Amino acid sequence: MTTGGLRDFVADTAEGEDFSLAAVRSELSTEFTVRQEPGAAGSGMHRRTWLDTFDWRLYKAGLTLQFEQARRGGLLVLSKADGTPQVEQPVTRWPRRPGLAEDLPPGPVRDRILVLTSPRALLPIVKAASTVSVNRLLNADGKTVARLVVEEHVTVTAPTPNSAGGTTAELPPRLAVAEVRGYPSQARKAAGLLASVPGVSHASQSVFIAALTALGRHPADYTSGVEAEITATMPASVAVARLLLRLLDTVELNVDGVLRDIDTEFLHDLRVAVRRTRSAIKLLGAVLPADLAEHFKAEFKWLGDVTTPVRDLDVHLLGFDALTEQLVAASPDDLEPLRAFLVRRRAREFRRLAAALRGPRFRAITDDWRKALLEIRDVDGPRRRRPTAAVLARAATGKAFRRVAAQGDAITSDSPPESLHDLRKRAKELRYLLEFFAPLYDQVAYRKVLSDLKQLQDCLGEFQDSEVQRHEIRDLADAMLTDSMLAGRAAPAATLLAMGEIAAKLALSQAEARAEFVARFARFAGPAGRERVRVLLANETQGRP
Amino acid sequence: MKIFATYNIKGGVGKTTAAVNLAYLSAADGCRTLLWDLDPQGAASFLFRIKPRVKGGGKALIRGTKTLDDAIKGTDFDHLDLLPADFTYRNMDLLLGGADKKPTRKLGQLLKPMAAEYDHVFLDCPPSISLVSENVMHAADVLLVPLIPTTLSVRTLDQLTEFVAGFNGRRPRVWAFFSMVDRRKTLHQEITRDLATERAGVAATPIPALSMIERMSVERAPVTAFAPRSVAARAYRALWAEVQQDPKP
Repeated sequence: MTTGGLRDFVADTAEGEDFSLAAVRSELSTEFTVRQEPGAAGSGMHRRTWLDTFDWRLYKAGLTLQFEQARRGGLLVLSKADGTPQVEQPVTRWPRRPGLAEDLPPGPVRDRILVLTSPRALLPIVKAASTVSVNRLLNADGKTVARLVVEEHVTVTAPTPNSAGGTTAELPPRLAVAEVRGYPSQARKAAGLLASVPGVSHASQSVFIAALTALGRHPADYTSGVEAEITATMPASVAVARLLLRLLDTVELNVDGVLRDIDTEFLHDLRVAVRRTRSAIKLLGAVLPADLAEHFKAEFKWLGDVTTPVRDLDVHLLGFDALTEQLVAASPDDLEPLRAFLVRRRAREFRRLAAALRGPRFRAITDDWRKALLEIRDVDGPRRRRPTAAVLARAATGKAFRRVAAQGDAITSDSPPESLHDLRKRAKELRYLLEFFAPLYDQVAYRKVLSDLKQLQDCLGEFQDSEVQRHEIRDLADAMLTDSMLAGRAAPAATLLAMGEIAAKLALSQAEARAEFVARFARFAGPAGRERVRVLLANETQGRP
Repeated sequence: MKIFATYNIKGGVGKTTAAVNLAYLSAADGCRTLLWDLDPQGAASFLFRIKPRVKGGGKALIRGTKTLDDAIKGTDFDHLDLLPADFTYRNMDLLLGGADKKPTRKLGQLLKPMAAEYDHVFLDCPPSISLVSENVMHAADVLLVPLIPTTLSVRTLDQLTEFVAGFNGRRPRVWAFFSMVDRRKTLHQEITRDLATERAGVAATPIPALSMIERMSVERAPVTAFAPRSVAARAYRALWAEVQQDPKP
């Protein structure tokens, strides 16, 4: 009953024509004997939950994951968007809390979704409860040649974090004709009869999509991208306010997931939105009131800083298995004390982070910032005759590009690591600017420039991350020694040796990234690259309405 | 995929009722089950209320112009499908004979692609000794032989066992069971009791002669479905449990 296929129908209770099952049965009786089948497979109370990650990874991959609750445990069914089941897997003791796909017992659904969803958790998006009854349609020989499946009293709920209450809506009854193998024409005939019953029409949406619509939601209604609604001709200050409001939305949307520690990516998305905000204030803040920009520059720096320790530890833990796989001399078990140490540390840092996000300073930032931005956004009329968004975009992006080009040109094989680190920061700023004003650009030219820039950023990232991790490993080794001495335990020598090996590996990949830098930079900022940027900034479109 | 076949050279010994009930029990266990009604009389098809007709007839199936898949019909029961009989099956010997180099293996080949779809296949054989039955014996993993408890039918079992033993390569396991046992007849009781204990490959569960089993043609359903608590249904369940076990030592 989950598909929106040709044999699925909706009883339209809203259009004055009252749906009655008796009318359906009477219509079908012209060709078949209709017999109720109590206790048929699939009949009775149905409880279903649709799951996806916070950023709709399954939906975006054209998949729907449904958990059908049974008396004990239930069944996970992964279907295509059109409702065709792909794989299914029985599960017992499905975690009541949002869970990671890797926590599922081994099975075909887990295999199919693990890479797609990792490291995000599966969240309940919609729950539905309904009553299903099955009627057999018999031919003259008394043989079942099709089945009529009726799903009534469909109540859908959007689960709330604390699993209490939530928005509820009622969906109209749904009917489906199920084919019996070898009798396709009989199912077609039954579907034809059903379609002629007043108040019954073909289902245009799956239950999942119908439920989302009834609850006032849309699929894929969260994205971590910027995608602000700006146009080339709007005042620059209005465009920047819209941009910053969009980023603030992203920050606020992720706070709950961070505090409930659902998965690591809530904090990641929150931090990216904070970094983008800081860059926007720095690079575009001239169109905002000076004191406002100054104040929030400091506030967002604070917010960025309080989130750093947990994220750093998350990165270590997420990459831990990949790290241990690289060990040649040491055994992966040697590093287990390090993992335990990181987990303990994260728990401590997480408490600090949660306190900060629940505290008055964070609330003041979000409230005051929104208020100020709304004021700027909603000021209309010719009073604010300052540059347009297009002029600002061109000036700021051009400047950022020239800075990247100049700093990169100055880097030689003798330059210190800091110079690459600086360049990385400038490249990131340029990337953000390009993304902010993406709606104003010709999309082909935009993608060309972005692709080159990404390559350069990946190389700089690899270099810098290796550098940072190497230092961190040294710091962690120090901290572990101190910790174990304080606890009166012997320092884990094998662990420290394994960590040394990891540090050596990092030094190697850092050297590789450095060797690659010249070619990547030349591609981005050489004559051809410069031309691509010139074309981009010369051909602005009108942006979104 | 495991293939079970009910076979006896004689007719009217309870082959079809056994095939229909055991296939139903297999499906009720949750195994995806197919029953192929190979008997042109179409008794198994009749019991499932399915018309004994295959488009293109047996010829199309044997020559491969139509796949088995296209001819399969769903029964009224979950997990249980039926490949109906067709009156042209009476010529199946000729069709198989003209098939190709290995005329005794043709049915087995036709069934191979069904392995992805079914856990159990039941073949309900027409009574005869022919190329069709030889095909069935080669295709089957388990040969279920209903026996009326008489001295003559025991001889038939010996002949059959000997015949199968002469196969090169894969041989089906022969599981005989007593069918239509009349408890009022001393001879039935003696043979049933003695043979089941003395001989390997004879099931301990007899299927009694019961009017409830005859009622199947009135109800047009397996007795295990319409009267699951009846003596008949219990006997079939015990037999099904037994034939799924490993052979007796």
